Amino acid sequence: MSGSRFFSSPRWGSTPRATLFCRDTGLPFVDLRWPAGILIVATFLLVAFNADAQSGAARSSVYAILWKWTPLLFQGFCLNLLMSALAMAFGTILGALLGLAQISLLPPVRTGSWALTQVLRNSPWLVTIFYIMYLVPFEVKIGGTVIPLPDWIKATFGFTLPVMANVSEIVRGAIRSIPATQWEAARSLAFTRRQTLWMIIIPQCLKRMLPPWMNLYSILTMGTVLANIVGVSESLTIVRDVLASERRTDLLMPMYAYILVWFFLYIYPISVATVRLERKWSVKG
Amino acid sequence: MESIQAWFRRLYDETGINLTIFYDPWDGLKYLKGIGLTIELAVLSVLLSLVVGVVGAWLQGVRFAPLRWLVYGYIQFFRNTPPLAQLYFFYFGLGALVPTTTNAFGLAEPILNNFQWAVIALSFFAGAFNVEIFRSGIEAVPHTTVEAARALGYSRLKSYIHIVLPLAIRICLPSLNNNLVNLVKTTAIAYAIAVPEALYVANQLWSDNLNVPEMMNVVLVTYLTLVGLFVFGVSRIERALHVPGYTPS
Repeated sequence: MSGSRFFSSPRWGSTPRATLFCRDTGLPFVDLRWPAGILIVATFLLVAFNADAQSGAARSSVYAILWKWTPLLFQGFCLNLLMSALAMAFGTILGALLGLAQISLLPPVRTGSWALTQVLRNSPWLVTIFYIMYLVPFEVKIGGTVIPLPDWIKATFGFTLPVMANVSEIVRGAIRSIPATQWEAARSLAFTRRQTLWMIIIPQCLKRMLPPWMNLYSILTMGTVLANIVGVSESLTIVRDVLASERRTDLLMPMYAYILVWFFLYIYPISVATVRLERKWSVKG
Repeated sequence: MESIQAWFRRLYDETGINLTIFYDPWDGLKYLKGIGLTIELAVLSVLLSLVVGVVGAWLQGVRFAPLRWLVYGYIQFFRNTPPLAQLYFFYFGLGALVPTTTNAFGLAEPILNNFQWAVIALSFFAGAFNVEIFRSGIEAVPHTTVEAARALGYSRLKSYIHIVLPLAIRICLPSLNNNLVNLVKTTAIAYAIAVPEALYVANQLWSDNLNVPEMMNVVLVTYLTLVGLFVFGVSRIERALHVPGYTPS
């Protein structure tokens, strides 16, 4: 007998998922599946075809316009990828340090790093980006040389902060997940705290940290479109510029769908690998 | 009131920290309205996303397959695309398609304004997660429990109302809270379509008064307070609903 008549057991189209939210960071797990990609591509083709049919003979076809702007869009998309890669690199390094500080034996360090993590994790990403965009100067002087800080670099720093806080939580969660007996066993074998951490605890944590870390990267890559709001010419900004210059309402949907397909193609392999690793390793704890 | 205003004015004169919202009633009221709109946006989208979640979870169980595929597509689309792109899609994409009405001055006016579009976009964004959360909660209720209820003479509907739902709500509360906190944070993106919420108003104020660092910190504190209050509220609900001795896995 089924659980209830209203909500019957899963059928196709409602595959059960391992996890919906990351345990440590609370971020949603990006879980892409190929039917979704087909759906996006199909919508794109359908809408573009419709728009094309309406455009008439006098105007150039939607496909031609999309093709014309593809190099520029690709440039913008590359900026998204660059920002996400840099923010992830900085965020991981800083976040790992912050996460280790969270398990420090010194109470002020522990509390301070905990508070910083919570503040950065609980404020909206857009607010931290604004914070950096407006408070970091457009150039810095080191010695006699002036180093310009273009918009996209500042936005990258803006993305680094929430990434840092989330990595910090991932590190702390992973270290806390290792049973206390491991610490005790290491101590009885005369390992120092640092040795225990580097030789026993962290090697075991790496496996557990990888899926949430990869998921964070997927979220970050999608999040980089927020830079559009503060005027960085990334892909979404370029889409809007193109739409403004072409002045055709029928182009709106195909254009947005087109850029979504690119994001899908980039994130899909990462998402599949993340979900697979999560499923594979979560069994062993 | 007067003394507070005087104090902040003196603070500005002596240290240069210019917090206009505390001594200029016009600015103060404007920012307060911004916070009010943020709260309104959050509350409305939370409620609407819960409705979307319940309806979606119900639709996932219907016999008619195309409806299930539709819900599946909806979930996949909204779970895996940036909320900002969704907001643009709704406001610029669908907003251009809805019919317009004429206002009192005889000008064309869309039937949904930017605030309403923001509520719709945010609700659908969070609703996609809510569908999954509700469904997983209902599926997690053990079959044996339902069978026991049936053996005690509960009808299908009654066992659903008295047994399945109360347990399912408790099982999905942690994920649900997580999602709703995420939603409250995401309301800031309504800035992008010029909804005058806290961030947007703060931007106007720092453009007027050139007090960017001060207002930036005010915005940060505002959002942290709002999120903090929300987290406090939902954890109170979670504790109130807790059944002693029952820990959903």
